[in-house]
Order: sequence, then structure tokens, then C-alpha cells
Amino acid sequence: MGARIIELSEVWKSYETGPVSVHALRGIDAHIDEGEYVAVIGPSGSGKSTLMNILGCLDVPTSGSYHLAEQDVSTMTEAELAEVRNRRIGFVFQQFNLLASMPAWRNVELPLVYAGVPRHERRERALASLARVGLAVRADHKPGELSGGQQQRVAVARALVTEPSLILADEPTGNLDSESTTDVLELFDELSSLGRTIVLITHEHDVAARADRQLVVRDGQIATAVGAA
Amino acid sequence: MNWPETFRTGAEAVQAHRLRSILTMLGIIIGVSSVILTVGLGQGAQDEVTSQIDSLGSNLLVVSPGSTTSTSGVRGGFGSASTLTLADAHAIDDSTVVPDVERVAPVTSSSVSLVNGTTNWTTTLVGSTVDWLDVRSRELSSGRFYTAAEVASGAPVVVLGPDTASELFTGAAVGQTVTVNGSALTVIGVLEASGSSSSETSQDDTAVTPLGTATAVTGSTGTSISSIYVEGASEHTLGAAYQEINALLLNLHGVTSTEADFTITSQEALIETANSTNKTLTVLLGGVAAISLLVGGIGVMNIMLVSVTERIREIGLRKALGATPRSIRRQFLVEASMLGFAGGLVGVVIAVVGAQVLPSLIDQPVSLSLLATAAALLTSLALGIGFGVYPASRAARLTPIQALRSE
Repeated sequence: MGARIIELSEVWKSYETGPVSVHALRGIDAHIDEGEYVAVIGPSGSGKSTLMNILGCLDVPTSGSYHLAEQDVSTMTEAELAEVRNRRIGFVFQQFNLLASMPAWRNVELPLVYAGVPRHERRERALASLARVGLAVRADHKPGELSGGQQQRVAVARALVTEPSLILADEPTGNLDSESTTDVLELFDELSSLGRTIVLITHEHDVAARADRQLVVRDGQIATAVGAA
Repeated sequence: MNWPETFRTGAEAVQAHRLRSILTMLGIIIGVSSVILTVGLGQGAQDEVTSQIDSLGSNLLVVSPGSTTSTSGVRGGFGSASTLTLADAHAIDDSTVVPDVERVAPVTSSSVSLVNGTTNWTTTLVGSTVDWLDVRSRELSSGRFYTAAEVASGAPVVVLGPDTASELFTGAAVGQTVTVNGSALTVIGVLEASGSSSSETSQDDTAVTPLGTATAVTGSTGTSISSIYVEGASEHTLGAAYQEINALLLNLHGVTSTEADFTITSQEALIETANSTNKTLTVLLGGVAAISLLVGGIGVMNIMLVSVTERIREIGLRKALGATPRSIRRQFLVEASMLGFAGGLVGVVIAVVGAQVLPSLIDQPVSLSLLATAAALLTSLALGIGFGVYPASRAARLTPIQALRSE
């Protein structure tokens, strides 16, 4: 295995709701190395969504430290976090989150717009990324003209386009039928075999089973680590 | 995200919600076009008044009988007699007493019926001296004006206004005869149209005769006259001429200035009076229009707030993909200012078209002011930016999780 991509130590996340403070994460210790395919699994309310937000730099821990690609992100400002998300992380969401008014390739190039990549290069890279998920011919189609599975593949293409250190997929098959689910999961397998680092958050055991390793989250803590560490 | 990208994204968002964008801009469009048009109408009315009064003669003073007192009465002479006499006119014509006066034209005027065969026409018969033509800045379209000799002898001649001539005669009027109260007058000339059309008593419907002729045909026996037109030597010395005439007439009439039984009016005073009324109206209407522009700006804010709420997922996604709060703020600010500016542009176009169409509909000239147009356009841009700040900062403050989670 290669370099360490994720290093969480003693990560706590608490929310103040009135007089009571809720501890969503209670001291998480975990690490993920480059090229690993890790599934984070747990029932709803276990804290896995909070963990996903922190891993995705969408939120910062209340205490503890989080190193992403050897950078301490737990103390960063919002603008710095935005840059880290842009350069280091490729998101795949349950609801695809494609912009309906734009064709597929414009959706894929969006992260490059914020990275300041020039226009012609953006288009090239977006088309290359779409080709990699097998949707080169659909580049000019709008999300509404694509099936759910195809939309999610566009979203994967968008996640890949910046060559991020980490692909973070939040219930990527939650909105898909079984055929499309297989389709998308095979795409993840393929990316993993090409050396991509993937963290997949799910509550379905058969989805989690495809990963090299499973982190089971329960009551805000890592309950067990299944598979090779 | 750099500025060109921000502008492209803004333009796309405006286009994506075309109907809503147009409705949002409507307030700004109406505001901008009405500001420009009201200011244009006010300016047009002022220009018209100025040119009308200018066409009467540029450095003209008019002495008229009676005076308005501070107790809002009018002080006249004994009974209904005019307090101005021919002697007053002659006194003003004296270049040693009143050096700043060029020409003096005493004028009598009365309403008479002119008859040509079976046609008759009621108009104002003006009796004056040869200086009338110059003092009133009039020209002749045909024939000639009467001479000093004709004035001295009270010759039975008349010069008609163009409207009067065409009412009485089908062909050429010069050389024909009209009858006034039984006296026959020979038409020797016709005046050129004065150009000031919309004044209440038309300058083009009149008949001018020598002073003596007028008194003879109307049968008035006294020496009183309706007014004295005085042309100053130059525009700069008009104030001096005013003072000189005032002092002279007070002296002649044996009254103090608080008892003055005459009024001297300058063209400038007339213009100022007329324009101050116009200005008040323009400011009033312009103010109402400006308020509608402001309401339009609030409309932009309203829609932008709706847009932020509606596009909360898009904002969340953009943030997740690496948009900084600053670039989100910029995006919404640019969108709001685009709505403002585009509304302003459409408003200007409508105002320009309106300025061409309106005069033929309401018979009022509109003179577009470049300054008002530029100001309205800038204001619409400023409104877009100003009212976009709050929605934009709300969008920028959203955390990506909040934004992504909302359904």
C-alpha cells in the first residue's frame, strides 16, 4: 500500500441542541491508505453521515485531528476547505446532484471551473473523464435525458475529473435499481483496480462487501474493522 | 472562479429562468423608462416655453397698466380707464431720459369683426407704430408693413396675420379690402407665421394697423393704450432700461413705487415663472418614478432571495466541488446586477421609443437628457448590486451540508 491518505485521531463531533449536547462522533480513530477501497457501514443515526461530512471536509471536527494527504484540515478556514475539497476529493452523492440545466460534460467540468483550469483544457478533460465511465457519446445530453445509472456515472466522471486523492461516495446506489447498482459498483471495482482510493458510505451489507475493508460505525464509534487493515 | 466565468454563469442563470427574470426586470424597466420620460417631458415643456417666449423678442420689456399689490388686488386707474397713455410711450422714446431703449411700440388692442363681402372674422385689432414689427420680431410673408408717414396720417391700411388672411381670403390678400365697423381698410401685407403655435391667443390671428387708424375705426376717443412694448438696446442693459422706465413712469404718474399703477414685465421673468411651475411638476413626477425604480430594486432582492432558497442544493453542490464563499457571493451579486442593468437597458430603449411616439399622442414635446438617461442606467445597476448584497451573502453563508441536505 502507498502513502497515507486519511488519518483520523480521537475525532469528536458534538452538536448543541438547546441545553443538551449530542455527540455524533465519540473519538474516532481510523486511517486509510492510498489505493484502498473502504466501505463505511452503519445503521442510520450511527454517525456515519457525520463521519462522511468530516472526511469530505464539508464539516470540521469539534475536537481531534484529521489529516488528509498529510495536511491537517481540522483547523482550516472555510475558503481553505473549499480548495481542499476541490483538489483532493471527488464526491459522488446519493441524489447525483447534477445541474439539470447543463449537459453532461458541463457538469463534469464544474470542479475544473473552480480550480481555475482554462476553458479548452476543461472540455478536453471532461470528455476524457466521461469516456472513462463509458459515456463519451452522452456528453451533450442533459441529466434529464439520462437514466439513473447513467446520471450516477456522470457524477463519477465529475468526481474523477480533478484526479483527486480520494473518491468519497455517499450511498451512491441508494437511488438506483439493482441493474444500475451493479453497473455503478462494477465501475468502482474497476477504478479501485486502477489504484484509486475509494471511501464508500452505505448501510447495505452486500454493497459494503465489495470493498477491501469495512469500517463499521455504531453510536459514533468504530465498532469493528472488517478485512485487512 | 474568475470574473468571465462568473459572468457566464450569471447569464446562464438569468436565461434559465427567462420568464422570472423578465418579470423581475419589469419593475426596473418601468422605473427607468418613467424616470427618463418624466424628466424628458419636463425638459421638453421648459424648452417649449423658452422658445415661445423668445420668439416674442429676446430683449423685450412689456409695460402694462395696473399692478398687482401685495394685498392681492389689482390697482388700476380711475374707473376702468387704462393708466397708460400715448404720452407715456413718447416719454419712454426720449433717448436722453431713457438711454438704454432702442425701440418703443405703444399698442392698443381691441376685438373687432373684419368683413370681406359675406365672410366675417373676429380677431384682435392691434394699433401700433412702425416699430411694432421689429419689437415683436415679426416678418412679412408678402406685401409690406405700413410706413411712418401712414402712421402719422392714420392711413386706412392693415397688415393681417397669416391665419386671419387665410380665413378671409381664398387667394392673395394683399391689395384686397376689409371692412371694420364700416371703414374700409386696404390690406398691404401679410405676416409670416410666428411659429409659436400652442399659446392661447395665437400670434398668427391678428390685424395690425397704424395707431391712429385703430382708434378711428374702433371709435375710442381717449389717449389710453393697452400696453407699451419696449425693446432694450441690448440684453445686458435690459435691467438698466427697466429701472429707467420704472423711475420715469412713477415720476410722470406722480406716484411712489408702492402705489405704482403699471407693471413692467421682462421675458426673462415670464420664462422663470413658467419654468418654475414646470420644474415643480418634473420633480414631483420624477420623484414618483424614482420611487417605482426603488420598488423595482426591492423586487430584484425579493426574487434573488427566492432564487437562493430554490437553488440551495446547487449552492451546496458548488461548495462541495470547491466553490469558496466568495465565489458564491460573487455569482449571486453578478446575477442581481445583471438583472438590474438589463432592466435598465430595456427601460432606456422603451424611453427612447416613447420619446418618439409620445409627442404625437399627447401633443407634448419630450427632450431626452443624456444625463438623466445615464443616471437612470447607473441607478438600475446600483440597485441590482445594492439589493443583491443581502441574498448573495445569505447564499455564501450556507454551509455545504445544510445546502446539500435540504430537499
